[in-house]
Amino acid sequence: MDSEAGREEAALLNRLRTRLADFEKDRANLLSILRMIQETFSYIPEEAIYMAADHLDLAPSEVYGVATFYNQFKFNPPGKYPIKVCLGTACHVKGGDIILENFERKLDIREGETTPDRDFSLERVACVGCCALAPVALVGEAVHGHMAPSKVEGLFTRIQVEKEMAEREKRRHESAR
Amino acid sequence: MARLTIEDLKKIKEENLAEFNSPELKHLLICGGTGCHATGSIAVKDALVQELKDRGLDDKMKVVETGCNGFCAMGPILVVHPDGTFYQKLTTEAVKKVVEEDLIGGKTVEKFLYKDPSTKKKIAHQDDIPFFSYQMPRTLRNKGLIDPESIDDYIARDGYQGAYKALIQMTPEQIIQEMKASGMRGRGGAGFPTGLKWDFASKSPGSVKYVLCNADEGDPGAFMDRSILEADPHAVLEGMIIAAKAINANQGYIYARTEYPLAIKRLEIAIQKAKERGLLGENIFDSGMNFEIDIYQGAGAFVCGEETALMRSIEGKRGMPRPRPPFPAHAGLWEKPTILNNVETLANVPQIMVNGGAWYASVGTESSKGTKVFAISGDVNNIGLVEVPMGTPLRDLIFATGGGIPGKKKFKAVQLGGPSGGCVPEEHLDTLVDYEEIAKVGAIMGSGGVIVMDESTCMVDMARFFMDFIQEESCGKCTPCREGTKRLLETLEKICDGHGEPRDLEILEELSATIKEASLCGLGQTAPNPVLSTLRYFKDEYIAHIYDKECPAKTCAALLRFEVDMDKCTGCGACFRACPADAVIWKKKEKAVIDKEKCVQCLTCFEKCKFDALL
Repeated sequence: MDSEAGREEAALLNRLRTRLADFEKDRANLLSILRMIQETFSYIPEEAIYMAADHLDLAPSEVYGVATFYNQFKFNPPGKYPIKVCLGTACHVKGGDIILENFERKLDIREGETTPDRDFSLERVACVGCCALAPVALVGEAVHGHMAPSKVEGLFTRIQVEKEMAEREKRRHESAR
Repeated sequence: MARLTIEDLKKIKEENLAEFNSPELKHLLICGGTGCHATGSIAVKDALVQELKDRGLDDKMKVVETGCNGFCAMGPILVVHPDGTFYQKLTTEAVKKVVEEDLIGGKTVEKFLYKDPSTKKKIAHQDDIPFFSYQMPRTLRNKGLIDPESIDDYIARDGYQGAYKALIQMTPEQIIQEMKASGMRGRGGAGFPTGLKWDFASKSPGSVKYVLCNADEGDPGAFMDRSILEADPHAVLEGMIIAAKAINANQGYIYARTEYPLAIKRLEIAIQKAKERGLLGENIFDSGMNFEIDIYQGAGAFVCGEETALMRSIEGKRGMPRPRPPFPAHAGLWEKPTILNNVETLANVPQIMVNGGAWYASVGTESSKGTKVFAISGDVNNIGLVEVPMGTPLRDLIFATGGGIPGKKKFKAVQLGGPSGGCVPEEHLDTLVDYEEIAKVGAIMGSGGVIVMDESTCMVDMARFFMDFIQEESCGKCTPCREGTKRLLETLEKICDGHGEPRDLEILEELSATIKEASLCGLGQTAPNPVLSTLRYFKDEYIAHIYDKECPAKTCAALLRFEVDMDKCTGCGACFRACPADAVIWKKKEKAVIDKEKCVQCLTCFEKCKFDALL
């Protein structure tokens, strides 16, 4: 892990103990606590599981057991651009798996993984409820409907352009200063 | 604000309705459901508000963001009230035109009206569009008409009158009696009579009881509950208040899918507003009854839609089902008597209290009363949310309301009840929407997901898809479901990959029977349904995959040759232009050839070819 992300995570872990104190020591709060951890870190780090277990007086294995039961909780850090491909029924009928395969090939990772530079992560989701726009892919929160292999290419081109523009902007700011 | 009385409710209703129906103030109802948000309805709404402001019309026209209108495929949608004009697929640029030509000029803008796919005619009024005209909105009576974030809008549509009647004028026995008379059966899928469920819980001893609302809508292709919560959250709250009175509970929980952020947000606002008006909290309507509702977010586990699993999940445990009895009506959440009702069921309760059980039962069939909300999707023209009376033939649901199959393709089958359900082929399309009738043809009513499939859908692949979903979501507690669904999936994958053997058909049937018999909960017991129903109606496709190594619908890539049929190819070049891998060799007016070295078997060319020339 690069040092910047590592330092940031260590600082968050330090703050986690105070945030945990806001939750009553009641087992019914376990899912809410896990959700809070995931919101803080964007995934569930191992140390946080120990802290949650300690707070609720549960065995860490018990907490880990609950966390792994639910699909929502991730144990890998997400990419800067998290990509989700819907494989609900409507999207399946309209070729959602072809879209997923296109992303996998383009990024050279499998579904559920993150690229080594932590730029992109890829996952499949059950149904995002936009069946009318099938097949659907999400980049971050943005829904992209009527996906096609050519649109996958287009998405990456757009992200690349945005990235370059942001970098140029940053450089311009720096040189102005 | 002080505690509301029935007089207050009436006053709010009168004032709000007077404004809504005032000829001086047009209401511009913009759909703000998840589907329309995704197609850009927020930007359209902002543009409309700005346009009206720029032209100084903002005191003559009011823009209202409503919940899901239902016709999701046509979003963003604008309905002009009271004219009833229905505009679809609006853009921010279109807004100017609509304001100028219609709202000021009084002439409808043809370009953004609905076009009937069969008659090719434009239809201006929402009520004249077949998608709407065949429906009977009861559960969805407020959809697209009220601002879901306004409690006054809900009260104007007789909101909280049912709760008032139940809390002040009725005894728990009378409430239960009315529910029984309505014939209402659980809309979550199993169809257990709601009145009976309440009766059990009400007679169950104990001072602490719970009312739960199941908003963990997990079936792929189903979005009824989400739309109800987004469009009319107060109806669900009111239903829960009435249920609480019936069984004497003081605490309710709504278990909502975390994937539905908009529904959760609107629920939170609704709960907040109901509390401010004293409709939740202590001494509601001065009746002496206290009732609180909290939202509990799920964390993405399909099995948590099962009642005992859902309760474990609220307790902060792994959401695994347990054997019944004891039933939740006796020992549910934290081992206390509990009732769990689906969103759609609860949304109907207030109207049953206001209009009576007999009114509710006046439509429907012998054993299935009232109306049912369906989410229609897949290969169908009018994708969206519809509500039809029980007893409607499936054919009407798909071809009249749903508008039939797009393109020139033929209907093949319809999947009812999601992964727990089954498919219904053409020959059984005259089956009526009725719990028992649908079960007879091998499907289930389910929660209301209707997935229409045209002739290009491979039924073996469809069964494989559902089994993939189920084995992933199986909680792993009981062996038949955990191991059985995995083996079913492997067998189906083998068949789709072209390695199927004749004995696989027997294996599928035998395994399915065992899983059905021996699984612990509803998820496992219904898991083999997609396999069984496709075997029942489309065995020839299985046989083609296994014996002839062919996929008749041209879906299973392993069974395709990726060659061009030179007799059928017209040299149009559609495949050449579509191929993402540059694997099609084609020159103008010449027939296409696929370079197998480059081909990635993505099937894009198969989709684009209009002449069925790919093998």
